[in-house]
This record gives sequence, structure tokens and C-alpha cells, in this order.
Amino acid sequence: MELPRYHRMRRTLYRLEGSACGACGGRFFPPRAVCPACKKGDLAPHRFSGRGTLYSYTRVTQPPRGFASVAPYDVGMVRLEEGPLISAQLTDTEGIELTIDMPVEMVTRTLRDSAEHGFIVYGYKFRPLLRELRPRP
Amino acid sequence: MREVSIIGIGQTAVAEHWDRSIRDLAVEAVGEARRDAGVERVDALYAGNMLSGELAGQENLATLIADAAGLLPVEAMKIEAACASGGAALRAAYLAVASGAHDYVLAVGVEKMTDLLTDGVTAALATAADADYEAGHGIPFVALNALLMRRYMHEHKVRHEEFAPFSINSHRNAAQNPRAMYRQEISAEDFARSPLVSDPINILDSAGICDGAAALLLAPSSEARRARRPPVRLAASACTTDTVGLAERRDPLVWQAVADSARLAYAQAKIGPKDIDLFEVHDAFSIVSVLSLEACGFADRGSALKLAAEGRIAREGDIPICTLGGLKGRGHPVGASGAYQAVEVVLQLRGEAGGLQIKGARTGMAQSVGGSGSVAITHILQV
Repeated sequence: MELPRYHRMRRTLYRLEGSACGACGGRFFPPRAVCPACKKGDLAPHRFSGRGTLYSYTRVTQPPRGFASVAPYDVGMVRLEEGPLISAQLTDTEGIELTIDMPVEMVTRTLRDSAEHGFIVYGYKFRPLLRELRPRP
Repeated sequence: MREVSIIGIGQTAVAEHWDRSIRDLAVEAVGEARRDAGVERVDALYAGNMLSGELAGQENLATLIADAAGLLPVEAMKIEAACASGGAALRAAYLAVASGAHDYVLAVGVEKMTDLLTDGVTAALATAADADYEAGHGIPFVALNALLMRRYMHEHKVRHEEFAPFSINSHRNAAQNPRAMYRQEISAEDFARSPLVSDPINILDSAGICDGAAALLLAPSSEARRARRPPVRLAASACTTDTVGLAERRDPLVWQAVADSARLAYAQAKIGPKDIDLFEVHDAFSIVSVLSLEACGFADRGSALKLAAEGRIAREGDIPICTLGGLKGRGHPVGASGAYQAVEVVLQLRGEAGGLQIKGARTGMAQSVGGSGSVAITHILQV
């Protein structure tokens, strides 16, 4: 049951592809068939840059079924630089103090326990922006 | 549309009912509501339930309940609106009676959650969120509320301990409700020491996993005199929606569906928030109480914690909430909670709430919220 779902979602999970409205210019993630702002249907695929800032975050210590192998993990909402918010797992956070408004970037990682037949489910996660963490020369 | 009244109520105790199935619980609540009304006739039954398929492996639930309660061949359907399913069943029953399609209609909210272990229940509850873009990323329901709470604390520069009065109030009221699950008072120290579930949300911020059923029998007000108990009028019933995905809202800290459904309900009843004598808030998490009070016009944005700090939400205050314990203290059998809220408002308006009675209560509001504020169902009851 899960395999077709993740295959169907490859454009959003791997490319962070949402929608841009040709009528009002709004940009949305996840993709939509009807513009939630102007209610028109003139939407085209739009790929987001993957850069943004952390809107909020928390830690998942009691994972839902299917996520035990990646637990414990941080999750957050990220304000993408193009405007929309997105909910996602955070990664590469060990030893880093998370703060609201810190810059983050999208990476591709294993999202959950392997699905049926050992299928590995990849998707977007966000990590603290590496460039920002390096000490200045 | 005809005026509609609630003429009978029933409820099981909220608990971990290891010896009782979903049908046992529903049949008990339905039977109690019918005996309370003293009316035999039932034309239809709407069962509010969120997770019977996930947790009990049982769909076609309303038919099962109608059969087990000896009501065949009445019309029966399950109504689902996530954690607002109980409120949704009440609204379905209201619409059926108000429209004239039926005269005597039962709304029963029921949930049986304790047959699965926590990871299974957590996964089931996450079905109220967006399966592709929230639950599919391993973000449980409690984490979505934790994201809201942390952001609220950041924007309004408040500390976690300032949320304690909500949990303390719900437990204080539950202690005197014989049907409640958590009948012990808690202190601010208990709240501070409570283990984290999903930072900053701790166990005492969160309503627990449990089982229960509550039922209401509705009839046209013109027929309500035939009932054994004094009728309580449904002065308003409103349901509105917002995005399922929390991240897709312009401002996740503004619960627009909650605000819209309260506004519609106030307009139907021709009243405002100042006229509400008690408010059964959907306190699944303390941040939900805060966002709901602000959205419903009881507090300005960022100021609901002040209401609680000043004791105004207590049963002696001017806007008592969760007067029989709320979801936090009574327990939150998810698809049943909206029905429990309405039953509790009826008890208050009949003057049958015992030591928890709000003196002189004439107008009560019950609000059932599903998802992270994505569907809100508000009822206003009056005598």
C-alpha cells in the first residue's frame, strides 16, 4: 500500500516541487490543483530552492509506527525563502542548539523504516545551514 | 428549520475499559440517554467516531451500534471529522431534526483506544494530519501541537510554566466528576516536574489515551415536553474548516476555523462571547485551549494565558472552561469527546452538575476541534 504512495510523491519528496499560480503569483508547497489564494486553477509546477529559516521545532521521542529506526529525531516547520512554510524532519542536528529563525537547507535522507520488500523511502529533510556553522577565517 | 432540543443524555465513565468493546460502550451510553429522556422512539442514529477502523478493525460502526442497541432498522451512519467527530455527530443529528427529515435522533460519540500499544495509537491519531506531508514524515499529532506551543512561546515571550493553570483547572474539576478518568488535583509543581512528551509539551499538557462513549437524544422543541427531563435548546450549530496541513496556513497561530465556527454560532444564537456562562473547550493540549480562547473572542491574541493566570477560567470565574474536567481531566476518547462536551453542558444547564455546578448557567458553548484546528464544530446550548 505504501509503495505507490512514495512513488507518486517523487517530485515533492526528491525535488521539493510545489506549485506557482499563473493568476496571482502565489507559490505553494505541497502542490495544489486550485490556488488557495485566488481560487483559480492556473497552477504550474514550481521547484523551491530548499533554503529557509526555522519557524519552530520539537523532538520526537515516541515515534509513530514505521519510524522507530530513525528515532529519536527532531522535526520542524521551515519558512522557505520563497514564502511558504513546510513541515519536515530535521537532520544533522547532533550537538547543535536549534533556535527559531536559524538558517536551514534541504537535504535528501532516509525518511522512515524500510517499506515493504525492503524499499528505502527517501525524502527531504532540513539541516542547519553548514556555511553558517563554519568558523570564519 | 425547526428549533431543536436535547431531551436525553448518557455517558459511560471515561477509563481504560479493558473488559469492554466499542459496541459495549456505545450501547451503554445510548441506553442511558434513552432512559434519561423516557422516550422510546428513535428515527436515526449518527455515530461520531474517528478511529474504529484503525483501532478496533471495525467500520460500518453505526449499523453495529444500532443493531446491538436493538434499534434496527433505523437509519444509521458513522460521522467522522477527526477529533471533532463527536461534535460532528451532534451536528448531523441537529440537521436531521431541524430539517424535518427525522424527529427523534440519537448522536453517540464513541472511541475505544486502549486495544493497541502507544506506537499504534500514535500512528492512528496522526491520520488526522496530512498523510503525505505531515504523518508520512513521522510527525505525530503531539509534535504538531509542540511546534505551535514553541512558536507561541517565542512570539509572545511567555514561559512554559504559564500554561500550567489550564491543566490545573481541568484536573481540579475532574476530581469531582464521577465519570472522569483523572480524578486527582495537580499543582504547579506537578506540572513543572511532568516528563516531556515532545518539547515543550509535557504529559500534563496532554489529554490521555482512553475509552468512552456519550450519547444525546434530540427532538423538535415542540415535542420536547414529552420527555422526562427538562429540555435544553440547541441555539446554534456551526462547522467550518481550514487547511489540514498546519504549515499551509498564513499564520499557524491563528485558528481561523475555530474563529469562523464561533462567529457563525454567535450569530445564530444572537449572542456574543460575553453572554457565554461556560465554555467546554477542546483542551487536547494546553496550547489548544489558549489558541481557542483567543480565536473565540475571549482573549486578544497573545493574552489567553492572562485569563488563566487571573483565575477567570475557574468555575468561580467569569468564563469557566472545562467545567467537568475537559479533555485533559475527564479524558479524551477522541471521537467521543465532542459528545461528552455537549452532555456536560446539558448537565450544567439542567443544574445537575453537583459540586461543579456553575450557578445560574443559562448559556453554554461546546466546541469540538479536529486535526490541528482544521475542522471546528461549535454548539451553543440554552435553557
